Amino acid sequence: MKKERYEQCSACSVLHKGAGHYRKCQDEVFGGGRGREQTAGINKHAQRSCRCPAELRTDSIAPERALDRPPPAEEARRRRPDSTDNISDKEAGGDDRPNLPGDAEGEGDVDSKADTPDVPLSTADTDNTPECLNKALEGLPPRWKNYWIRGVLSIAMISGFFLIIYMGPITLIFVVMCVQIKCFQEIITIGYRVYHSYELPWFRTLSWYFLVCVNYFFYGETVADYFGALVQREEPLQFLARYHRFISFTLYLAGFCMFVLSLVKKHYRLQFYMFAWTHVTLLIVVTQSHLVIQNLFEGMIWFIVPISIVICNDIMAYLFGFFFGRTPLIKLSPKKTWEGFIGGFFGTVVFGFILAFLLSQFQYFVCPVEFNSETNSFAVECEPSDIFVVQEYTLPAVVQNTLRWKTVNLYPFQIHSVFLSSFASLIGPFGGFFASGFKRAFKIKDFANTIPGHGGIMDRFDCQYLMATFVHVYITSFIRGPNPSKVLQQLLKLQPEQQLSIFHSLHAHLRDRGMLPEA
Amino acid sequence: MRRLYASDSELKAEKDGVSDSESKVDSGIPEVPAPADDTPEVLNKALSGLSSRWKNWWVRGILTLAMIAFFFFIIYLGPMVLMMIVLCVQIKCFHEIIMIGYSVYHSYDLPWFRTLSWYFLLCVNYFFYGETVTDYFFTLVQREEPLRILSKYHRFISFALYLTGFCMFVLSLVKKHYRLQFYMFGWTHVTLLIVVTQSHLIIHNLFEGMIWFIVPISCVICNDIMAYMFGFFFGRTPLIKLSPKKTWEGFIGGFFSTIVFGIVLSYFMSGYRYFVCPVEFNNDSNSFQVDCEPPELFQLQEYTMPSILESVTGWTTVRLYPFQIHSVALSSFASIMGPFGGFFASGFKRAFKIKDFANTIPGHGGIMDRFDCQYLMATFVNVYIASFIRGPNPSKVIQQLLALRPDQQLHIFNSLKAHLLEKGLLPAVEEAAA
Repeated sequence: MKKERYEQCSACSVLHKGAGHYRKCQDEVFGGGRGREQTAGINKHAQRSCRCPAELRTDSIAPERALDRPPPAEEARRRRPDSTDNISDKEAGGDDRPNLPGDAEGEGDVDSKADTPDVPLSTADTDNTPECLNKALEGLPPRWKNYWIRGVLSIAMISGFFLIIYMGPITLIFVVMCVQIKCFQEIITIGYRVYHSYELPWFRTLSWYFLVCVNYFFYGETVADYFGALVQREEPLQFLARYHRFISFTLYLAGFCMFVLSLVKKHYRLQFYMFAWTHVTLLIVVTQSHLVIQNLFEGMIWFIVPISIVICNDIMAYLFGFFFGRTPLIKLSPKKTWEGFIGGFFGTVVFGFILAFLLSQFQYFVCPVEFNSETNSFAVECEPSDIFVVQEYTLPAVVQNTLRWKTVNLYPFQIHSVFLSSFASLIGPFGGFFASGFKRAFKIKDFANTIPGHGGIMDRFDCQYLMATFVHVYITSFIRGPNPSKVLQQLLKLQPEQQLSIFHSLHAHLRDRGMLPEA
Repeated sequence: MRRLYASDSELKAEKDGVSDSESKVDSGIPEVPAPADDTPEVLNKALSGLSSRWKNWWVRGILTLAMIAFFFFIIYLGPMVLMMIVLCVQIKCFHEIIMIGYSVYHSYDLPWFRTLSWYFLLCVNYFFYGETVTDYFFTLVQREEPLRILSKYHRFISFALYLTGFCMFVLSLVKKHYRLQFYMFGWTHVTLLIVVTQSHLIIHNLFEGMIWFIVPISCVICNDIMAYMFGFFFGRTPLIKLSPKKTWEGFIGGFFSTIVFGIVLSYFMSGYRYFVCPVEFNNDSNSFQVDCEPPELFQLQEYTMPSILESVTGWTTVRLYPFQIHSVALSSFASIMGPFGGFFASGFKRAFKIKDFANTIPGHGGIMDRFDCQYLMATFVNVYIASFIRGPNPSKVIQQLLALRPDQQLHIFNSLKAHLLEKGLLPAVEEAAA
């Protein structure tokens, strides 16, 4: 590996080969001047206008932060593929140099860094806005343009959300699956960039294979639960359902063996890192999406209200922070403020309360999604359960005095929505901090560049991480018990003598309760 | 085969490899511990006369016998003790892997991290053991008031505990150490995924009947030993670049001998109720009991031999326990897939340039070194049982039934009645009475 010394011109930040050469570049700019002359010179001497001969420059631009001092040669070499150039000074975690063991480890086994291809720069900076938007907004200054783009895209996303709700459960499931695949792809791509492992043998195939396996396992369980009647009818489906766990396990094992067989001498550590990265990503992304689907089947309101609450909390916290923000909340995200946090909390609780009221009235949202065997389609029609029936609550004496109402008619679901909103406002942001820390740790600005102005899909969904799990745990703990069709299914799988004994116990139990006529 | 006493130059080479650039930053941080001579004094004295190579053999041999004897001893002591042992082994394995993580990343002094790793271990164990306890100790749990509340809101409580750990992690992120902290977070979670789920599945298998615990573990141990013996005597063709000492001869020889061993072992064990019956908790005596009517699987049955074997051995039928046929499947898995777990662990050690996981067992390395082939076995046995042997746990089904709403219970009752009538299990008289 050639040991080149690179020096960085502190004006244009271009790395120059050759020890004394950058000084010549600097002299052009500074010409011995200081202070304002120096600044002016720097502004004039942009990267493109550096007149040093091409063979003495590198292609890449070192990070702006390094303006203070020329980085050592090794670090410049290591930083080159690392695309760190678009972190704003405010948000960057300061001195988080890539000289950490984790960085070097990724390359420790690789023969020479000259072999690893140059990873493309982080895409967050390239202008990805569609042409039509660009044209419409070309008159405005860049700051306002950014706001407009974000605003337009926000409204577009919210309308998209309404549209897919209108289209029904099947479309929702499909959209959830697509979002999950995109999130997985984004995180895996980050892993490839961090570890320069894009060219690892087999690894891309293996990652996607594991995704397919785990999805097969989870969706198979869901299908077996909810489409019980359909599954019993078709022979091949029945076979797949009965041995589902075994088949999924075999598929996973095949992937595991492929991984072991694909271990290549010089890349062991890298391959283990990518293996672990894939598994942690699967753990986060796929389980969450599976729980979202389970919530959906409870009733679309359990899907819509949590997601809306998190979005609302995002927007409210931002607005409150914008207008009243003063005290920073956490060092990790310097833009968050306590005012935004508390204002967002109260705003979200109120919003959740109202939204719950509006949605609880419609059977379309409230009824569990069921598969109708005769019509072979989803049906959302039922007798609304207790929590969606208006009930009278006596107000506590304190509130009575202020409002002069004795009782109030509420849906019990609205009370549950207060808990959901509290979780979304208090704990949800931790998911956002986790994602910020992750981006800070791996020196990326956004997860990807899918949505103009907003970053990747993961950026939009980072606060939802924990919400889906919380809603699922909440439902199973407080709202309803197990799924009756699932229980029936398990009953039918038992041994006959066990079934008999359960039958007798149940018989006695129901007779005690008076549900059955006495013999 | 692991050499206990690596030469000094090798140790140095390994150290260099480890610190290739954990950085030129500072050398004061402890590196991966090199294997030290850990044999107990008594053994050292007894073997002081022999040359170092034979001494190594003897140490390994004695420790192997000691471990096997220990295994028999704890089986004799019963299910409770077995559960405790599994829990201890799990904690030790977790500790070993986490220590490797610390050594690799020099993160021993990261703020909070040691506490957080153990806290997550505790949370996940609480979740899994709570589910197990709820399933198997159902009546006990219903009796005691605090246990009943803990079990009703179990998932919620576990989730809240986990969330607390998550928030502590986010709050503990320190400016210069983001990446390191995320690495350790990921490392902890993957370790939990591997170690804790496996141990939980082992406990599940144990409750099915101790034979489902003993036979798989014995098959894996036997495969290890047999493959080593065959490789030692007949080994010629290397198996895989990852482990240069494994040979095809060892692999195939191990396969056949493990199957034979499995058949013989299951024959012996299927005769005893102690091994065959599901472990149940007796409410009256407040203890575990293993007493039952052996299920069909463990009753001798006659099988007609295929004609080829008939002509060879001259027997028309043979009396076998059906379980022996299942044991062939288990042994095949242990011989074919088990080694992949071993290769995975070898690759892991190769990747992080460590010789052994730890130095707990003299001559053998750490606990993880002994259990690396068992990784997949426990999961396989659990999936096998759930798919082919028995259905869901009846007490769990009753539990879920009782948690349903009354109208749902009635609906299920009617469906079940119809189903049983169809199968002819319910006499028509019963129907009239109900």
